[in-house]
Amino acid sequence: MSTAIGPVEGVIAIVGLTVLTVATRGFFFLSEREIPIPDWLRQGLRYAPLAALVAVVLPEVVMTQGLLIPTWQDARIFAALAGAAYFRWRRGILGTILTGMAVLLPLRLGLGW
Amino acid sequence: MLSTAIGIAAWGLITGVAMGKSGVEPWLMVLMSLLVFAGSAQLAVLPLLATGAPLWVIWATALCVNLRFVIFSAAWRPYFMAYPLWMRLRLAYFTADLNYVLFMRRFPEAKPAPEHLPYFWGGVALNWTSWQLPSLLGIFLADAVPVHWGIGFAGTLALLGLALSLLNDRATAVAGAVAGCAAVAAYALPFKLNIVVAIAAAVAMALLIDHTTPRNPEPVDDAT
Repeated sequence: MSTAIGPVEGVIAIVGLTVLTVATRGFFFLSEREIPIPDWLRQGLRYAPLAALVAVVLPEVVMTQGLLIPTWQDARIFAALAGAAYFRWRRGILGTILTGMAVLLPLRLGLGW
Repeated sequence: MLSTAIGIAAWGLITGVAMGKSGVEPWLMVLMSLLVFAGSAQLAVLPLLATGAPLWVIWATALCVNLRFVIFSAAWRPYFMAYPLWMRLRLAYFTADLNYVLFMRRFPEAKPAPEHLPYFWGGVALNWTSWQLPSLLGIFLADAVPVHWGIGFAGTLALLGLALSLLNDRATAVAGAVAGCAAVAAYALPFKLNIVVAIAAAVAMALLIDHTTPRNPEPVDDAT
């Protein structure tokens, strides 16, 4: 299979992708033009960070290849629960990562979950 | 912030490995990592680059995956509009997900303040480095990294902790629950659009709760 993108097209694709990064991330603050964002929407945007985080995290924990995992014997569930428990206890991100991984690795490598 | 960088690094490494194994020329992958600086979009276009899909398909895919940034940019606007365009372009390039979440948590008031920029650039420097170095490492050591260990889950755990730190009342709890359910239910949508659906659903539900819960009136800040 040597159908991968060639050097010239590849560079063009990547430059375009870079432009897209800037254009989407700056969509509403690059133009000087007054953009009417209604007050209720501005209020609602306060919840967008949380929503985006949960929307990324939850499928990573409870889904495999596009489907809900059919078993409770999945290391990710226990790792996430342990991490969440640690966070409720100490409110530290580093401890959340370490606790979760300390649960994940033995279950995955030892039990194959 | 330093500890979330560990999660970012884990994700960068996994993304790098995926790029290294994609079958696309490594130097193109290095260029993509350094320039594009958008992990989800990079992962989404990888199979397209590997099979030589048309440019417009590649760009349309990345655009859809990046749609959440359009929503975030509306929240950035009151913070950034005071700066000149060239500065806003640079700010736009670096406003990745994590910078956004951390910044909004640190500065909930949408008023320009002198400490915004130092905080922003400090976070960016850390975020960029802890993403790029493992990502480049992953591209070149793709076959040596034990992906099956589930190292990438460290990134998920970092975001989990961050999400929990934002849960502080009934409205945020409901918004989080709605976002989670919507993201899972709409997972089959292409281009990670389930994240956009989840944000919209959660914002709508939280607004509904805000408007139906009686509480003390707050002073209204309107930057316009």
